Amino acid sequence: MSEDPGKTGRRDAFITVSGQAIERLYGPADTAGLEYQRDLGDPGDFPYTRGIQPSMYRGRLWTMRQFAGFGTAEESNARYRFLLEQGQTGLSVAFDFPTLLGYDSDHPRSEGEVGKLGVAIDTLADMEILFDGIPLDRVSTSMTINAPAAVLWAMYVVVAEKQGVSRTQITGTIQNDILKEYMAQKTFVFPPRPSMRLVTDTFAFGAREAPRWNTISISGYHIREAGATAAQELAFTLASGREYVRAGIEAGLQVDDFAPRLSFFFNSHVDFFEELAKFRAARRIWAREMRDRFGATSPRSWMLRFHTQTAGCSLTAQQPENNIVRTALQALAAVLGGTQSLHTNSMDEALALPSEEAVRIALRTQQMIAEESGVANTVDPLGGSYFVEALTNQLEEQAYAYFDRIDRLGGVVAAIEKGFFQREIADSAYRYQRRVESGELVVVGVNRYAGGQSSPVKLLRVGPESQRRQLDRLARTKRERDRRAVADALDRLRAAAGGGDNLMYPILDAVRAYASLGEIMAVLREEFGEYREEAIF
Amino acid sequence: MGKIIRVLVAKPGLDSHDRGAKVVARAYRDAGMEVIYTGLHQTPEQVAEAVVQEDADVLAISILSGAHEVLVPRMVELLRRRGRGDVLVLVGGVVPDDDVPALLQAGVARVFGPGSRLDEIVEFTRRAVEGSG
Repeated sequence: MSEDPGKTGRRDAFITVSGQAIERLYGPADTAGLEYQRDLGDPGDFPYTRGIQPSMYRGRLWTMRQFAGFGTAEESNARYRFLLEQGQTGLSVAFDFPTLLGYDSDHPRSEGEVGKLGVAIDTLADMEILFDGIPLDRVSTSMTINAPAAVLWAMYVVVAEKQGVSRTQITGTIQNDILKEYMAQKTFVFPPRPSMRLVTDTFAFGAREAPRWNTISISGYHIREAGATAAQELAFTLASGREYVRAGIEAGLQVDDFAPRLSFFFNSHVDFFEELAKFRAARRIWAREMRDRFGATSPRSWMLRFHTQTAGCSLTAQQPENNIVRTALQALAAVLGGTQSLHTNSMDEALALPSEEAVRIALRTQQMIAEESGVANTVDPLGGSYFVEALTNQLEEQAYAYFDRIDRLGGVVAAIEKGFFQREIADSAYRYQRRVESGELVVVGVNRYAGGQSSPVKLLRVGPESQRRQLDRLARTKRERDRRAVADALDRLRAAAGGGDNLMYPILDAVRAYASLGEIMAVLREEFGEYREEAIF
Repeated sequence: MGKIIRVLVAKPGLDSHDRGAKVVARAYRDAGMEVIYTGLHQTPEQVAEAVVQEDADVLAISILSGAHEVLVPRMVELLRRRGRGDVLVLVGGVVPDDDVPALLQAGVARVFGPGSRLDEIVEFTRRAVEGSG
């Protein structure tokens, strides 16, 4: 469109954090092709560009859900109770690396990692402590777990049963998005094919037994954190979504039986308008794909529901207090983009896991947006803005261009095997870093306005005593359980893995017998093999 | 300029955050160095073996999992035992300030935290290797 009149700009070009050029001014010509009913629709109406509910935050605020977990189950349980007392409305569990990769705390590879970046869970005994005193019929829980998602979900189901809460009552989410693990987050265990079987087994179990549970959270967050642009995050996430729908249909499920339980998870990065346009584009693309490509007839299958986390990769170790403000802006974009739940990062997270003080400020940030700012008083206040609608269209076009490339490569799994996503993301990450170093991208407190002292922040540390306590409990649980029952349950799991039966049922039996996560995953490792990636940089 | 510097970029432990490792690997390569990247989830033994096999001058360890206290000294010790105590060992990632002295004590030449510049990492590496050669 138009050039800057009279060369008055501060820069030669104005470019988003993702590298998109932004014009001086947007006007009617930029949205000329837009038809309100077809392309936007009222909130609650197809294609949901303006939001999935008619009343949005006037009816109910988004769920404030801070991702937390460290050390042992006791320590994390105390943090969850603290967060609920502070007005948080849902839980979000972070597991440590051994748990994410399906190793017990006593595995040689777990040394030094137990409880470090999340809570260590080995058996049902840990899970019972983790949710002790937390009513699972009233609190919804999101669990960031992927390769072993079925196992942790089974533990949750059994803990709920022990509280007298049936599986039809529990609400929450397992991340369970294995495709983005190969793309970006890299906590994969099995090769793609058996991994997809585990995913569709959880879809089937959920549809039949736990209808209020989100069986997957298709996640762009980690793709973005690994360095992707907004368009790549949008495109790769929705491409994965299409792949899961295809897999569910191929596994014999009816699309409207499982699609309403698919949920999404996006990043909210620093470029305010680009982010909120991304959320709006995501809803529109998904609605059209579900209705027109997959023939879903239930509106609940068409609605893209999503969680948002502010961008961890945007946090700076320098002048950490600045992160409070950075996060507030990102959170605002998520709210104006219509998120269903939100995690706001704490100011100290470029340095360590968040302290209680830091996480309280992060939660208060959401509460201020919700209760003070007034932005929750009306639905989609930015809808119809020339700029926002033009940017929404542009991101949508970019996503479809990526869909075409992925389809030409033979779909998401084939593109993973060819290293397509990994290369695209690595290229973007490197370009981003170079732009920061050249000063083209400003990071306040790092490459500009870096002067001055900032006060030292008090960091949370997870000491070796957590690991010791965890090892003690695991040893005790293994000593006290019925060994015969464990062996039988693991044998039945092995037989099911070799056949075609839904694995959730034998996993539930194994978990109930206090078989450990590592033991269950070892059986599946033997049956399914392990994935090794080609290291691309 | 002397011989081409050989850098092994390593991801030890279960840590899966590989963005930094890949960006730094590429910066070394763009600076004309020979770069080998181990890929994820390497044991300290595998990393030491790779340093020996690849005849690396530099071991650049990326770690964001908090397991540096255990894994880094072990890798340095394994290198010494295998007669490669001369390797320049660098650590990048999230390491609390309080932990840095212990890593330096163990034989790490420098720890690069969040916000470090690529040019600075490359320059430091070049000077350290060429200075010692």
